[in-house]
Amino acid sequence: MDFDNGKPIYLQIVDFFYENILIRKWQENERIPSVREVAVTVEVNPNTAIRAFNHLQEQEVIYNKRGIGYFVSEKGYDTVLEIKKKEFMGVKLPNIFKEMMLLDVEFEEVKHSYDEYVKNVNDEKK
Amino acid sequence: MIQIRGLKFHYPKSRVVLNDISLDFSSGNIYGLFGENGEGKSTLIKLMAGLLFPKKGYCQMSNNDLSKRRIEDMREVFMVPEDFELPSLSIHKFEKINAPFYPKFSQDQFYDLIREFKLSPQENLSALSFGQKKKVLIAFGVSANTSLLLLDEPTNGLDIPSKSQFRKIMASAVDEGKCIVISTHQVRDLHSLINHVVILGQSKVVFDQPFSSISEKLWFGRAKQDRQDQIIYTEPSFGSRAVLERLDQEETEVDLELLFNAVVSNPERINNVVKGKMHGTVI
Repeated sequence: MDFDNGKPIYLQIVDFFYENILIRKWQENERIPSVREVAVTVEVNPNTAIRAFNHLQEQEVIYNKRGIGYFVSEKGYDTVLEIKKKEFMGVKLPNIFKEMMLLDVEFEEVKHSYDEYVKNVNDEKK
Repeated sequence: MIQIRGLKFHYPKSRVVLNDISLDFSSGNIYGLFGENGEGKSTLIKLMAGLLFPKKGYCQMSNNDLSKRRIEDMREVFMVPEDFELPSLSIHKFEKINAPFYPKFSQDQFYDLIREFKLSPQENLSALSFGQKKKVLIAFGVSANTSLLLLDEPTNGLDIPSKSQFRKIMASAVDEGKCIVISTHQVRDLHSLINHVVILGQSKVVFDQPFSSISEKLWFGRAKQDRQDQIIYTEPSFGSRAVLERLDQEETEVDLELLFNAVVSNPERINNVVKGKMHGTVI
């Protein structure tokens, strides 16, 4: 895992979990890797991995079964979707708007690109 | 677990390398020991391994002086030196001779690591490159499962894939019963592993803080215009990256290189902020 400089590593691990849940690699009520396994995979101090697990537990994305391990919550997928959507609308989109203004990109142009993209994705599915 | 108090050391007819050093190391942590060249990192590690004797003060493990070299203590300490010579023996023979000194040594673990490092037990140590020899010692040190593992510049001489292997091994090696101390200049190699930073400078400890306090009190990044006056330290060569007091800002990842330079340039200022003695906006 390559870490970007700004974001705390534990939050980058959290994002890695979110992604696995969103792409349905980790399903609801499915067991996920242990703290130690995650620490070794992403090459971090286990304390950093524990911080990520604690954060995910607070967000109710995962839960702990004592002595067995960690599992994706019943509503894990929905919760992650909500969190990431909020982040997209609140953080990523304003940044894109800012850049659009800077580069003088019209909303119509973006809409056109977006429609094209959706069409391509749908075509591929067929 | 390790307690160092008022430690002073100099080599014969030489200037004082370490002066009045007091430090605590506890298990379950990976300590990063930093300092410019000649600031006494390797000397401190040798003192902790009982290889050198303090001129003043002491270094204890669970209340026993390490300079006494009691068997009970020595079998709980392993040091991987920066530079070393190994005998002309096969890896297997080397393990057979040295493992009995460490009661918690795990053969399975050792040979797994040897295999992971793409070495074979039959290979002769004298035929290996420096980096490969280092791998043997690292594998041995981890498998010895001592309470204290001291590593002096462990990633020097390791090739690129081995550095990643090394990080994985360290991440899996640390547990509640182990204390790992790594001295290094290769900040980037080990940044994600360390959870406590110790910096030596001018024969003293100039910084000694857990990562949690650093990321709680300090902010790393490019300062916006309205925060220019809160800059503690900045460098144009880092793309004007700066260390600021965090205040109510979002947490950022600790930039060890920048932190190190900031501490070396003005230790008091940064320590006051981390210890909460000074606030950026005192009215």
